[in-house]
Amino acid sequence: MTELSVSTTAASHVPQVPLPEAPPKVTVRNLNFYYGEHHALKNINLTLGTNRVTAFIGPSGCGKSTLLRIFNRMYDLYPGQRAVGQLMLDQTNILDPKLDLNLLRARVGMVFQKPTPFPMTIYENIAFGIRLYEKISKSEMDDRVEKALRGGALWNEVKDKLNASGLSLSGGQQQRLCIARTVAVRPEVILFDEPCSALDPISTAKVEELIQELSEDYTIAIVTHNMQQAARVSDKTAFMYLGELIEFDDTNKIFTSPSDRRTQDYITGRFG
Amino acid sequence: MADMAVQSDVMEAAGPYDRAKALSAFKLGDLTFYWITRISAISVLLILGGIILSLIAGAWPAMKEYGFAFLWTQRWAPSADPPVLGALGPIYGTLITSVIAMLIAIPVGIGIAIFLTELCPQMLRRPIGIAIELLAGIPSIIYGMWGFFVLGPFLANTFQPFMIRIFEGVPVLGAVFAGPPSYLSLFNAALILAIMVLPFITAISVDVFKTVPPVLKEAAYGMGCTTWEVVRSVVIPYTRVGVIGGIMLALGRALGETMAVTFIIGNSFRISSSIFAPGTTISAAIASEFAESDGLHQSGLILLGLLLFVLTFFVLAGARLMLMRLETKAGK
Repeated sequence: MTELSVSTTAASHVPQVPLPEAPPKVTVRNLNFYYGEHHALKNINLTLGTNRVTAFIGPSGCGKSTLLRIFNRMYDLYPGQRAVGQLMLDQTNILDPKLDLNLLRARVGMVFQKPTPFPMTIYENIAFGIRLYEKISKSEMDDRVEKALRGGALWNEVKDKLNASGLSLSGGQQQRLCIARTVAVRPEVILFDEPCSALDPISTAKVEELIQELSEDYTIAIVTHNMQQAARVSDKTAFMYLGELIEFDDTNKIFTSPSDRRTQDYITGRFG
Repeated sequence: MADMAVQSDVMEAAGPYDRAKALSAFKLGDLTFYWITRISAISVLLILGGIILSLIAGAWPAMKEYGFAFLWTQRWAPSADPPVLGALGPIYGTLITSVIAMLIAIPVGIGIAIFLTELCPQMLRRPIGIAIELLAGIPSIIYGMWGFFVLGPFLANTFQPFMIRIFEGVPVLGAVFAGPPSYLSLFNAALILAIMVLPFITAISVDVFKTVPPVLKEAAYGMGCTTWEVVRSVVIPYTRVGVIGGIMLALGRALGETMAVTFIIGNSFRISSSIFAPGTTISAAIASEFAESDGLHQSGLILLGLLLFVLTFFVLAGARLMLMRLETKAGK
């Protein structure tokens, strides 16, 4: 039980009064996912509230990353993987086979577990994504790059070496570069797939702070193995186990008085 | 107890002794290993130096006789008295066939590699991969015969008239495709070279494309990139060193390829503006004339060989330079 109280103090930013229910941005209804024959996600139902941070927790292999990868149809890259059910982004059916994936991915950005700077300069890493969708002048581009890097809390560290390779940055800086790159495209939803698992504690704190700030403008989904992190950054938490959504509620509630026995066992460290 | 004490004494005495002996045996092994590897490495330098020296020694009479004029003399008349020898024809032929071959093989080879790694359905991947490897295994004389009996007639009877019709009257291009039809031509040799070097480019590109971390590609797809944008902006920049290495290997092969080219290039030392005219390359000239040569003629052929050596060296040096500039451009 001591761990529980630690988690609640860490979640101090979450107001004690439950947040008002936000209008849904992403709606998941009876979603099932298959890796070939393997039934990886079973009847998932939940909504991501607009401008809310939703955390997904659960032991390894429970399907939380799988779920995240459905939101931007990343699984489409791999043959044999398929999703069945209903998944709406506002009025758009994400699972529509005729959907323009490039446009979907412009609306739903993703930050990965490992930093993934592209093999080009810091400036180009940001400008690259913007150029995919917009034709703008050099000076406008400079502004957008600066804004994105400020948004990624990286500007002060890199403003003098924009022409250095993105690969020359430290791991934490690379991850913030990837966040800045994602933000630069102006998505509506940002998916974070264990964004801090390869980072040191200081970089982690910076990224968490950044996620907090981003939630003012974006709808955020974050997968994490770190329960304190889920408690610190999220408004809603979903606990998943063996491909099922066990409990989905306000983060405060999940970490103080979970209604399912398995949730309680997991967050108190009895398994997982 | 006394027994045990004695035993442990013996062991203590034996311990350090044995260990030192074992270590010295290791040292000997290490030393032998070090020298074997070192001698192997040095022998490369010795062999290379030896080849250069013997080439220079063999080419010396011709170098003394013709000097630098050898490089820009077009006439090749070994039976004249005194023999007149100039390397311009073979040098031109070598460069032009290699350039055309690379212009065809690079896009096609990298295109195949992209298809195989990014787009190809799993079922087709192995058959196409194996076919590419088989292409590399065909002996060059087979390519030569195929070029002579199949490609040559097709080029002379169908392709060249077609190009002439299209480009008739166009100032420069008209001359490039003009001339009487001939089974033996620079273009025929260039096409055969392109097919021969294709597997090098494809196999190496496929291998290096596979080293791109999937998550990096996912990140690019995740921003909404199309496959083409992912390949152009992420896969190729990430693997450029390997890809350029493959291209250079292919170019080295194209510059030096002898048998197939000798078969289909026509062995003409005259430089013609048309790529459908017969020509010759350095290696083809050496291969077709060396057996019947002597004296100054033979020395001239060895000098041609030395030139090929120098040419290849400059190509490799140029590739290094290009890589370095690419790296500064990418901000490393």
